[in-house]
Order: sequence, then C-alpha cells, then structure tokens
Amino acid sequence: MKIDTLAPERARQLAAEFGLKPDEYERVLAILGREPSLTELGIFSVMWSEHCSYKSSRVWLRELPTKAPWVIHGPGENAGVIDIGDGLAAVFKMESHNHPSFIEPYQGAATGVGGILRDVFTMGARPIANLNALRFGSPDAPRMKQVIDGVVRGIGGYGNCVGVPTVGGEVNFHPRYNGNPLVNAMTVGIAPRDRIFLSAAAGVGNPVVYVGSKTGRDGIHGATMASTEFSADSEEKRPTVQIGDPFAEKLLIEACMELMATDAIVAIQDMGAAGLTSSSVEMAGKGGVGIELDMERVPQREQGMSAYEMMLSESQERMLMVLRPGAEHIAERIFTKWELDFAVIGRLTETGHIVIRHNGVVEADIPLAPLESEAPLYRRPTAETPKQPVLDPASVADPVGLEAALTTLVACPDLCSRRWIWDQYDSMVGGQTAKRPGAADAAVVRIEDHRRALAMTTDTTPRYCLADPEEGGRQAVAEAWRNLTATGALPLAVTDNMNFGNPEKPEIMGQFAAAVRGMASACTALDFPVVSGNVSLYNETEGRGILPTPAIGGVGVLEDVTQAIGLALPAGTELVLIGDTQGWLGQSLWLREISGREEGAPPPVDLTAERRNGDFVRAQILSGAVRACHDCADGGLLVTVAEMAMASGIGATLLPSPADCPAHAFWFGEDQGRYVLAVADATALIAAAEAAGVPARRLGRSGGEGLVLPDGRSISVASLRAAHEATLPALMEG
Amino acid sequence: MKAKVVVMPKAGVLDPQGKAIGHALAGLGFEGVGEVRAGKVIELELAETDPVKAKAEAEAMARKLLANTVIESFSVSLD
Amino acid sequence: MQAGIVMFPGTNRERDMALALQRATGRKPAILWHRDTELPAGTDLVVLPGGFSYGDYLRCGAMAAQSPIMRAIHEFAGRGGHVLGVCNGFQMLAEAGLLPGALLRNASLRFLSMDCHMRVERTDTAYTGRFQRGQIFRSTMAHGDGNYFADEATLDRLEGEGLVALRYTTADGQVTEAANLNGSARNIAGILSPNLRVLGLMPHPENQVDPLIDGTDGLPLFESLAEALATA
Repeated sequence: MKIDTLAPERARQLAAEFGLKPDEYERVLAILGREPSLTELGIFSVMWSEHCSYKSSRVWLRELPTKAPWVIHGPGENAGVIDIGDGLAAVFKMESHNHPSFIEPYQGAATGVGGILRDVFTMGARPIANLNALRFGSPDAPRMKQVIDGVVRGIGGYGNCVGVPTVGGEVNFHPRYNGNPLVNAMTVGIAPRDRIFLSAAAGVGNPVVYVGSKTGRDGIHGATMASTEFSADSEEKRPTVQIGDPFAEKLLIEACMELMATDAIVAIQDMGAAGLTSSSVEMAGKGGVGIELDMERVPQREQGMSAYEMMLSESQERMLMVLRPGAEHIAERIFTKWELDFAVIGRLTETGHIVIRHNGVVEADIPLAPLESEAPLYRRPTAETPKQPVLDPASVADPVGLEAALTTLVACPDLCSRRWIWDQYDSMVGGQTAKRPGAADAAVVRIEDHRRALAMTTDTTPRYCLADPEEGGRQAVAEAWRNLTATGALPLAVTDNMNFGNPEKPEIMGQFAAAVRGMASACTALDFPVVSGNVSLYNETEGRGILPTPAIGGVGVLEDVTQAIGLALPAGTELVLIGDTQGWLGQSLWLREISGREEGAPPPVDLTAERRNGDFVRAQILSGAVRACHDCADGGLLVTVAEMAMASGIGATLLPSPADCPAHAFWFGEDQGRYVLAVADATALIAAAEAAGVPARRLGRSGGEGLVLPDGRSISVASLRAAHEATLPALMEG
Repeated sequence: MKAKVVVMPKAGVLDPQGKAIGHALAGLGFEGVGEVRAGKVIELELAETDPVKAKAEAEAMARKLLANTVIESFSVSLD
Repeated sequence: MQAGIVMFPGTNRERDMALALQRATGRKPAILWHRDTELPAGTDLVVLPGGFSYGDYLRCGAMAAQSPIMRAIHEFAGRGGHVLGVCNGFQMLAEAGLLPGALLRNASLRFLSMDCHMRVERTDTAYTGRFQRGQIFRSTMAHGDGNYFADEATLDRLEGEGLVALRYTTADGQVTEAANLNGSARNIAGILSPNLRVLGLMPHPENQVDPLIDGTDGLPLFESLAEALATA
C-alpha cells in the first residue's frame, strides 16, 4: 500500500507542534519504519498524549487497590463496574473537563457532563445520577463570576435536558484556581450485572458502525489549527470549543438502551477525547484484531473534511460499535427511529493494523500492538512536600469567640449554602431521589422497582493535600467513605479524578505520588477499591500549580431505602459525638477564616479508628437507633451541629467542652473520623460505643429555635440560615 | 434563495432577557441605551426561486412554527 | 382508567409519570410514540409528560406541538377527552392552542429546581376531586420556562370562568410575589380548558407520590383521575 508520508523535516517539526517529544518521535519512526503521514502523526500524538496514555501517572496509579469480591470491572474499561446485589451492577466514573471549562464555561462543563454520561451508558447502564466536584478561584478574581455562572448553567443545561438527576457535588474556592478552575463530573448508572457491554472488539470481518451525531471540525488540536497548511480554503476560524447537544445525547441513550436489549452488539465505545482515533484504536487494540475504516462513510457536518480532521475531531454525542454480522439492520432501524446518524464505516481485520482510507487512498496504516506497547511511560522525578509542623491549639488565641466565629464560618464561601447552585439542577427527575442535595451527607437514589438504593458523594480537601499530599489523599478517601456511612450505606468503591499541576516539576509529581500513596492506604484499610478514574495534569495559574486535588467519587449501597437517614436535626433528640477530638486547628477553616492563617499540618486520619467508628455508626443507623447523622468535616464540630440545625430549622442546647481542650479548638478543630448523631437515647448509644471501643461524648439536646452555645449565648437558627444562604446569591446576583 | 426570519417578543410581553442585557450594558458603562429587546434570527435556505413565493413560504413557516404569535412577532426578509 | 403517556424525542419524565399513574390506578399506562397518528382505542387520559422535547430548541414545546400525534390529541380533546400536560407537556398544550397563553422564560432567567406550594382553586374536576377546595400542597418545579403569560383579557376570562386550577402560594397559603418563583401572571401554576378536561401545570406532582421518595402531596391528583375516569 502506498501512503503519502510527510517530508522528514516537516514531519519532525509537526511532531513537535503536536506535542511529541523528540525521543517519542523516534519511536514513531521505529514502529513505522518510515516517515508518518499527517493522519498517522495525528493518531500517534493523541494516543501518546498525557490525556490518553497516562504516561506520567500510570506508574503511580498501579499502587491503588482495584480489586474486591464485588468489583466486576476495575480501571481500564469505560467506567468501573461493581456488584450491588439483586442481580444489579453499578457503573460509574468521574472525569475532568477543566481546560475547556475555563475557555468556554457553559460548553466546557456541559460537554464534560455529556462525556461522562456516555462512558457509563456505553457499558449498558442507564444513568441514574450525576454528581460533580467543582473548584473555582477567588470569587472576586477577574472573570470568575462568569466562570461560576457558566459552569453551573452548563452542568444544569446538559443534565436537566438529558433527564438524569444531578444529586450531589462539592465546591471550593481558592485563589490557586483563578486561572484554572476544575470541573469534574461523575455519572452513576445501573445495569443488570450479566449485561455489561465492553469495548474489546472481536470477530474478524464484523462491521464497525458509527452512530450518533455528525462529525464536524470541533476540538481538533489547536496547534494544528494554527497551521495554515491544513486549511486550503480560507473559511472562518474553525471552532476548537466542542458544543454539547444534550438532546442528541438523550436520543443516543434511548437508542443504545434499545439496541442493548438485543444481541446485536459485540463491542461498544464512546468517542470521547480524540474521538474516532481513540475509540477505534482502543477497541481493536483490546480485542487484538485489526480495523479498517473508510472515512468517506463517516457522517459529516461540514464539507471537505480530511481524514486527519475526522480522526481527530472531538464532536460530541457519537459512539463506535462492532456489531454481530448481519445485525446492521437491527441497529439501523433503532437509530433511524431515534433520528440519529448510523453508518457502517469499516470492519475488523486480522492484520493487527489500523488502516484508514479516504476515497480509496490509504491515509494511515499503523500496527496496533506497538502503538500501545511502545507508548511512552515516565517515572518522572519527584520531590517530597516538606512536612509542616503540628500546630499546638494552645498557641492559637481565639480572637472573636464562638458565636462570631460560627456566624462568619457558616457564611464563608467554602462553607456557605450551595442552594443557589443546586436549585439550578433538576435533582428529582426519574422519581427515585430519596435524599436530595443538602438533605444528607451523600445523595441517596433508589433503584427503580427495587428497595435497594445507592448512596453517592464526591469529596476531597485540597488545602490538606497541599500541606501534606499523602495525608490529604488519605483524608479524601476517608471522607467519602464517611459521607456514605453517615447515610447508613455500606461504601463499596470509588472513582478518582486526579487534578494536579505540571508533572514535569518534581514537586508536583511528588504531590501526585504522595496523594496516591495516601489514597491507597485508605482504600485498602476501608475495603474501598478504586474502580475507575481520570487524570488531569498541567493545571496551572500563572505558572503555579493548582492545589493538588484528588477528587474522590464514592458509591455505597443500602439494601432498603427506608434505612437511609439524613442530617436534618429532629426536635427532642440527644446529640452524641462519635470519634476522638484533640482540637486539631492546623489547616482548619477556622484558622484561615478567623485568624487569616493557612498553615500547620493537616489533621491526620487514623484508619483503624476511622473504620471502627464508621462501622459502629453504620450499624447503629441500620439498627434504627439514629434519627440524623452528619460527619464532622470542614469547619469542625460546631459547624456540623449548625448545619444539622439549619437543615431542619430546629435548634439545640450544647454542653460545655472538656476542660483539657481550648473551647475554640474543640468546637472548630477538624479532627477526622467523627460523626454527630441525633438519637432518642444517648445513654444507650454511649454504652454501645464503649462496648465497641469507640469514643463517644454527649454534646447536648435538640429543640427550640436557637442554637444555645455552652457559654449560654443563643443564636437563632433562622438568622444563621439566612447568613448561610445569602452568600452565593449575593456573590452571583449582586 | 435565502430567507431570514426575525422573531421578536411582542410589545407588551415581558422580555427578561432583553432587560438583563440592558442592565449588563449599563453595568459595563454603556450609557444612553434605552429599552433592549432580545429575539432570534432564523436563516432558511429555500429551493423556491420566486421571491414573492419564497417570502410567502417563509411567512407560513413563521406563523406555523418559527414564531409563537401569542408572544412573538416576526418579519421575513430575502437575501 | 386507561392512560397513555406520549413520548417525544427528548421527553424525560415519562417514567416518573408512569409510576405515579400506576400507583394510583394499579395499571401500567400505555406509552405512545409522537409519530403515532391514532390513540389506542379506549384511551381515557392522554398525558404529555415533562422533558425537553426536541431539546427545547426554538421554543419549549413548539416542535412537539406540530408532531403527528398532536392531531389525534386535538380530536380526542375535541370529543371531550381528558388531556394532562405537565411542565413541557403544559408548554406543548399552549403551543398547540389547546390551552391559552404561553410559558415564557422564568423571570430570574435561571432554571429553577425547587419546592413550590400550590393552592387548589376548584375541586369539581377530574384532576382535583380528591383535594379539598383551597388546599395547599407541596410539589417540586424543574423548568427554565414556566412563567405563565396571557394578555389581560385572557387572564380575566380564565379567572372569570374559574379556569385557573392551581396557583403558587407560600407554604401557609399566601398568594405572594415571593411564592411566585417563576414570575407567572397572577401566580398561575395550572389552567384548565373551558370543559375542565384539559389541564396544564408546570410543577411535577408525579414526583410526590411515594412516601419513600418525596412524600405523597401529589398523589391526590392521580387518585382523583383514577376515581373520575374509572372504567364503569
């Protein structure tokens, strides 16, 4: 086969423009035994990009535990799959869309949601919930208001339209995200456990089918766009921003679900990053077969597209499938019914090569095995983050007192109510949302026609990760586990979204490696394996990395949705604190918001205590003894109690703190592994805790309309709530 | 033949989008902006080559679907 | 009662609606397709559920209002059939001219997903028989375009003929501006046709039919239908 290769000098220059390092380009030459064509160079550059190859992160990610008896498919598939009982599987993953969301917040966030939905339904699971993890810059940073507004609208615009409820998430603000906000989207779906669809292609001769929307020039790498050589015509500047079409996605979901009920599909993969390239290469590569594609058969939205452009396009709402021979008509009927494009664009071969033809001309011919096996893999140099000294609570004076500190904290950007955000997300569609945003530590969604429910949450505390990435990684996993536990759910598995700075800087790679180490220790101790994930590197603001942000998405199961409890404080209960309190002020929000200091070692997570406390709390919840439960996280104990009170409008009277701990450290310290439980009988609960070796302490009693502090001062819950809920609207609409 | 259909909120129908745009312009320091109305433009490529017929066709489309005459008015122009 | 729920491309609350109807009637409703040109024989109730038909592109409900099944629904309504449109379904009914007025973008220009309260203005309809007159019930809204608009004469006629079915109120029943989250004319949440058989409303009572999920405040609407349209 004759192929139109690039001239050596031109090829070398383009390879650099496409982001291939000189030694990586040498490998391309060695694999091909000749200069590449433009299309081939495009395929190598995207397959070997950080995004697709995980070349900087892979050596570290191997340290994460990924197995458990309930794990059906761990990392490596489109999403993780776990057994949740009743013959069902939960399919879930989280993925970042950080850079696009800064360039065009609405479309960036929207297409992020669209992409993660496809990762889940491509495996045969109907999406039942979306969550997200968002980090924004300082609210007063330039453009930040527009970014926040656009991202929230984009997430809502897409999720609301496709009819998947957005049930949870988290938001932080920090100046280190000013030039690089993070948008991590998570989808959870449900499938029959014996009907999971995978991406490994099989069956030489089987048809390769393209479905969904047409292909345009969206998202083709900027570097190539700038190169005038590829735009013979002088059309208006081509779009780099992908535009989401949630309507098309909704049709795609329904069409795929309908087709998946037949036996037509051999393998299926969505076209995500690097579109047709990554989907075809991965499907054929995993299956150990070859693949041939005829590009003129690809449904096209624009005229005169080249093979290179079609292979690299990131147009949204598209899937690639391998069908059983003769099943084309079944698929075609279904996709035509749903008014979606359908085209047989190629077939599987026994060559072990990917061959791309366009109007009969061979544009690419690459052996698949070395494309994967020779992909670059780096163990980049790492530098440890220096440990920060432990802050002695006695050395930090309380400048304002409990009441003023609480009022300030509940209204600060990192702790204020997220109602303004979640009020723009349809959290109810589907009719199965048992715990809506704000109702519990994790969202709880029942599975249609079952009593069983899933709890889900997203968590991480970036300021802890910056101070001590290992401790921060551990804490992120522990907090997700804790949030699931606090609803009564049994935590089963996590998906991770590793957002870090430039991995070529040793201190950043060191953060990454340490965070993975911390996560691995917690995942192991808590039987909470990682089943899917995504890595986003090179996140920087003015040459400075973002806060290291290993976002954790956790999923747990409740056998009966009636067992799930929320955090709203009922009247007439006793409050009990589970877990040990030292008064850890280092890296606390109190220290930052009240004393203006971001320092000290973050609170350590004792995984043995974590497990023991959590297992105890869950057992108590499932026994029916607990009326409400909330874990102690950002802001500490008093903020936890205040959040419970604000959720119901019912107050509480608190007992004095222990004499051996300064009051502000006791009430605002962020010691880990703690929960506040509202129970009818504190004596019984404390006795049970003692028997289980779990620290428990009576905190007070609920009732009334005020939060009565140990010093006797009462704060009206209504006024606290007003301050709590005013911050975001004032910021965004003011 | 190309037809352009401009759809605007009717006078008297609340146009919160136009209001918000006006408010934002004022916030950016653009003075002397009176009422702002936000509508939409729909471009149609028609097979019809006779301008009178093409216009009538586009107007029919506007009445039937492109505009909701309860709240919107429309005008059709040809290129 | 035999109910049919119409699926349009982009409909997304058909499952919620089916669950609500099934709970009230014990019977699975039929799922109808927008390209159907006839309704199944014996249909007592047609439901246009919520969602984003045709992506809400152009205008919410506009393209669905032109789909083949709408002709059959027009005829069905003309013969005195019962038609319920919720959220996007209400928008379709308005676009199709089966109910007067239009649904504009919410006054805040934001999608609103939150609790709302409504007052039942009359109970002598197939939709409201199980409520008390003046009863306040909680539901949830989830829409970007629920701001009910009609000219003054139309609004006066609706009021005069008692065709305002539901009005937004505070939790304690006050008809205030603060309770009128989307900015609707005269706090209107739902309206009836002159024969009281076509109802359009923006909130989603179908999401309040299950004590394990979000309470049962919306259930009386479906129980009313089950009772009124029970097959003899």
